[in-house]
Amino acid sequence: MPSTVRVPTPLRPLVQGRDIVTVQGSTVREVLDDLERQYPGFRQRICDESGEVRRFVNVFLNAEDIVHINGLDSPVSDGDVLSIVPAIAGGGSGRPNPSRPPQTKGN
Amino acid sequence: MATTIHDLMARLRADLKEVTPAEVKSMGEADQSLVLIDVRERDEVEQGHIPGAIHIPRGFLELRIENTVPDRKTRIVTYCAGGNRSLLAAESLQRLGYECVASMVGGFTSWRNEGHEFTTPRLLSEGDRRRYLRHLAIPEVGEEGQLKLLDSRVLLVGAGGLGCPAAYYLAAAGVGTLGILDFDVVDETNLQRQILHTVARVGTSKTESARQSLLALNPGIEVVPIEERLTSENVESIFRDFEIIVDGSDNFPTRYLVNDACVLLGKPNVHGSVFRFEGQVTVFHPPHGPCYRCLYPEPTPAELAPSCADAGVLGVLPGVVGLLEAVETVKLILGIGNPLIGRLLQYDALRAEFVELKVRRDPQCPYCGDGTEFPGFVDYEAFCAGTTAAGS
Repeated sequence: MPSTVRVPTPLRPLVQGRDIVTVQGSTVREVLDDLERQYPGFRQRICDESGEVRRFVNVFLNAEDIVHINGLDSPVSDGDVLSIVPAIAGGGSGRPNPSRPPQTKGN
Repeated sequence: MATTIHDLMARLRADLKEVTPAEVKSMGEADQSLVLIDVRERDEVEQGHIPGAIHIPRGFLELRIENTVPDRKTRIVTYCAGGNRSLLAAESLQRLGYECVASMVGGFTSWRNEGHEFTTPRLLSEGDRRRYLRHLAIPEVGEEGQLKLLDSRVLLVGAGGLGCPAAYYLAAAGVGTLGILDFDVVDETNLQRQILHTVARVGTSKTESARQSLLALNPGIEVVPIEERLTSENVESIFRDFEIIVDGSDNFPTRYLVNDACVLLGKPNVHGSVFRFEGQVTVFHPPHGPCYRCLYPEPTPAELAPSCADAGVLGVLPGVVGLLEAVETVKLILGIGNPLIGRLLQYDALRAEFVELKVRRDPQCPYCGDGTEFPGFVDYEAFCAGTTAAGS
């Protein structure tokens, strides 16, 4: 059953620049499997070696974080929307390499 | 023969009920639903009024009374300065069908002289009334709300893409004290989006540049420039002076530090972030909702987190996101509406779409979880560089 994955900007290079991808699968895990089939290398960006979602990424099934449903086993229905939401640090400051250097304030 | 004012007042005194200040006091104590209407002019009310009285100047009484007191059976006492205008007011109310109206003999002067309690209201100056007139017209803001804004103290972490628009509008709205925390200087590449700064101020510190623009817009507020790097050592003393923290920082170490300090001090953290055409806004305010760590227990590895400098950002985008932060800040100050606590708003500029996601507090969160003691600040650089497990 087709559902939709909303791909955040930083991950779009992995899906040929698309912001939305149509996928098959009846659980979140199956959806990610299908995503990996279509775009090899995608999964490792959001899942760790054990296959669990990385702790700096959140996956939402419609409006709800899958952590509060049934994790990767959360059931996905036809027409559902999966959102991958990574943390974004940017404050529009424009300082180079802001995530590594000193604790600066955002500009 | 024409009626004189003397005759008129005599007739009204004969026809209408009058009550003494002492009676009004005991009526009010016995009946919480008693409505006191102060029909004096604004400048008289400024000198003091009976606590809880509703101020409707005599000239507006008939026009406003129905909205203020819809039930004609409500017990009403009118008062003025000496007891004459309130008698005229009481008669008008009777004519409009109000059944239980009385006028207070001797007015506010007698009330005060008899030693009853009164309050002297804090009111906006004439200049502020003009400046904030469009706020005063909104029932949810009004004079009371505007005074709250003027009394409020908001810290902007970062005078960059998010902080500039947020600060600009918060200053315009009359947020009385705006702290601007930044240690950078204005650069030409900032001007595509950092609207507080100007070409002439390239090379100037951002806090100073921001201060100049904000005070040019609204000289009635106080701008506190804080030209420092935020660190575990100074964060508490800086945040303590403010009620709401608006995070417009540009890097993960600062975001975690801002979060942890807000959790420690119990302050709402109005959070916004941007990336190219995409923005996120939420309000972290445990225990009412999650903190940043509930959402992102671990930081994004640096190699997966390109900065705005590396990735670029549409200049207008932080304007939208920063102003959403400003709106949330104003709502928090006024205590109105439904704040973005427990909800993450995503804005996709290219699709022109907003998506709302539910974010929940993690009861096991090491920082804001149930029964958790604050574990202390960590080395945020190391934490975000993944070289330590601290704080995770």
